[in-house]
Amino acid sequence: MSLCDLRHGQYATIDTISDETLRVQLLRFGITCGTKVRCHCKLPFGPVVLKFGVQEIALGRDIARQVTISI
Amino acid sequence: MSHSCCGAAACSTTGQKKIVLVGNPNVGKSIFFSSWSGIYADVSNFPGTTVEISSGKIGEDVLLDTPGVYGVSSFNDEERVARDVILGADVVVNVVDATHLERDLFLTLQLIDMGIPMVVALNFCDDAESLGILIDARKLEDQLGVPVIPTAAVKNRGLKEVFAALPLARPGISHPEVDQAVTKLLDRIDTRPEALMVLEGDEVVAERHGVAPENDRERVYLLRRQKANEIVAAAVTRPEKSARMRDLLGRLCLHPASGLLILIGVLWGCYELIGVWVAGDIVGLTEETIMQGHWEPWIRGLVDPLVPESSVFGQILIGEFGVLTMTITYLLGLLLPLVIGFYVALSILEDSGYLPRLATFVDRLMTGIGLNGRAVIPMILGFGCVQLGTITTRILGSKRERTIATSILNFVIPCSAQIGVIAGMLAAVGFSLSMTYVAVIFACLAVIGTVLNKFIPGKSSALLIDLPPMRMPRPGNVLRKTVIRSFFFMKEAYIWFFAGSLGVSLLQVTGGLKAWQELVAPLTEGWLHLPKEAATAFVMGMVRRDFGAAGLTDLALSPWQVVVSLVVITLFVPCIASLMILFKERGVKEAVTVWIGAWVLAFSVGGILAQIVL
Repeated sequence: MSLCDLRHGQYATIDTISDETLRVQLLRFGITCGTKVRCHCKLPFGPVVLKFGVQEIALGRDIARQVTISI
Repeated sequence: MSHSCCGAAACSTTGQKKIVLVGNPNVGKSIFFSSWSGIYADVSNFPGTTVEISSGKIGEDVLLDTPGVYGVSSFNDEERVARDVILGADVVVNVVDATHLERDLFLTLQLIDMGIPMVVALNFCDDAESLGILIDARKLEDQLGVPVIPTAAVKNRGLKEVFAALPLARPGISHPEVDQAVTKLLDRIDTRPEALMVLEGDEVVAERHGVAPENDRERVYLLRRQKANEIVAAAVTRPEKSARMRDLLGRLCLHPASGLLILIGVLWGCYELIGVWVAGDIVGLTEETIMQGHWEPWIRGLVDPLVPESSVFGQILIGEFGVLTMTITYLLGLLLPLVIGFYVALSILEDSGYLPRLATFVDRLMTGIGLNGRAVIPMILGFGCVQLGTITTRILGSKRERTIATSILNFVIPCSAQIGVIAGMLAAVGFSLSMTYVAVIFACLAVIGTVLNKFIPGKSSALLIDLPPMRMPRPGNVLRKTVIRSFFFMKEAYIWFFAGSLGVSLLQVTGGLKAWQELVAPLTEGWLHLPKEAATAFVMGMVRRDFGAAGLTDLALSPWQVVVSLVVITLFVPCIASLMILFKERGVKEAVTVWIGAWVLAFSVGGILAQIVL
């Protein structure tokens, strides 16, 4: 299951991030494996917006697909 | 106003200290910069405006502002620029957003691991307070090992205190494991900051020292992330629930239906402000009443006895295209109010935090033309000034995206000054004809983007963007940005206006203009169905686009002719200044292709439209 499968308002825990550059970039924003995030909103066919703490980050679909999660 | 300061040892002489402002995007570094050095620096609420480094003086010392970055490494141009300035810093002032400490402390801890003496400015304390976030600054100070000073920069609070704390700057408490690993590298690499970069696998810095980069980036980043989270857990208390108005507003901007309504509302607001009010009412007053009604007769009366208008010099000075008459009128009566109007709108959009949400909102559309939503930022800036947009394409992830974005900017995006003139002319032809113009331009944008996306090899990067909180724009900041930006824009623009009108005047007195009009008459009259005087606008359009558009306002055109001529002048070649930037940013081959391509595109599309409607 990836971030793309999240529905609005749903919580999830990050499991794996396959790409190394992406992993490091998300790490700087505060997302690592095990981080609990909430789907703030999701645009049709577009980016997934995550919220954790007060932080909001938008991830394009291609990136969101690379992040696996468990609910 | 600013100059690039690259290389670790640049611009420092003995005894002079380099004080460097470092922070994430939108944390208010630039306010510190301008407050301390008294020199202009731009502040904005979206990533990517400060690509250059601003430098100023404080007494003997040099103050440098860096682009906002989330960490020091080499993920993009901004980071590379920031990295080199930071590596050469004597003192770092790290500005952090009190409402976003988890994110911001990552950079803080990295700077601490570098071992550079530093001070932390805990900015947006007012915001944190109103959100109910309690931060124990003393505890933060203990954990970091460097002075931490609460500030609210936009309200001018704490700026002096941070300045006064500069002599207290000291290296912080590095993570023990990282510290050990860095120390091990110090026998091969002379400075600690550079050793840390090598440890984190920075290839550029490693190469400078002739060593192989280490492979510890992810391990170090993870340790740092853990420590940042621990510090936040210890020093920050958050209210349980923070569902607030601006949270809701932020989400409404992203929802497909309400987001579209908001986007339409924003566009309509911009049109009302710039297209109707400024381009109509204000320009009517400044251009016609003040400049043409008072200034031109006055200067003619003054100059005519000395240099008769009928003479060659008289023509150049006070003739139809005179540098003292038309040029001054265009510059002050037409361009200046429009540019100010545009920058007011842009500054409000920036400060509100809407732009990154817009980037997210349009991401899906942009991927269709090989870009991601982030590219909307250079596009919007391009509506201000194509040069600014072209420079800002540096924030895009790949060369491929930069090529696509610069092409679109230089082919189809009209700049603010031009938009003002265009909006004014469209207002006179009614809604449906205006929409035809908009539809034609959008179709060109879609076609160019799709074609380039198909034929340029490679893959574009996906969107990954931080959404800053929605904030109420502060009138003072909007005003300050508008004044400064308008000033620099005019300062850069006026010379080309004079050059352009001088060129046109010379063509006129030598008969060159008539010859040019006759030469391209088959194109203008036969193909575009426009009066042959429209050719003059194309000459001026090569110098400055808005100048070209302004040249059309004096012609007697039917409504459809207005649409055709505007389509041609919009798609026409970028102005000389933009062309120079294009050469610099994208190289000779791409610049020449765009320039010639624009001729072909403008006349093909304009011609086809003319054949259909005229």
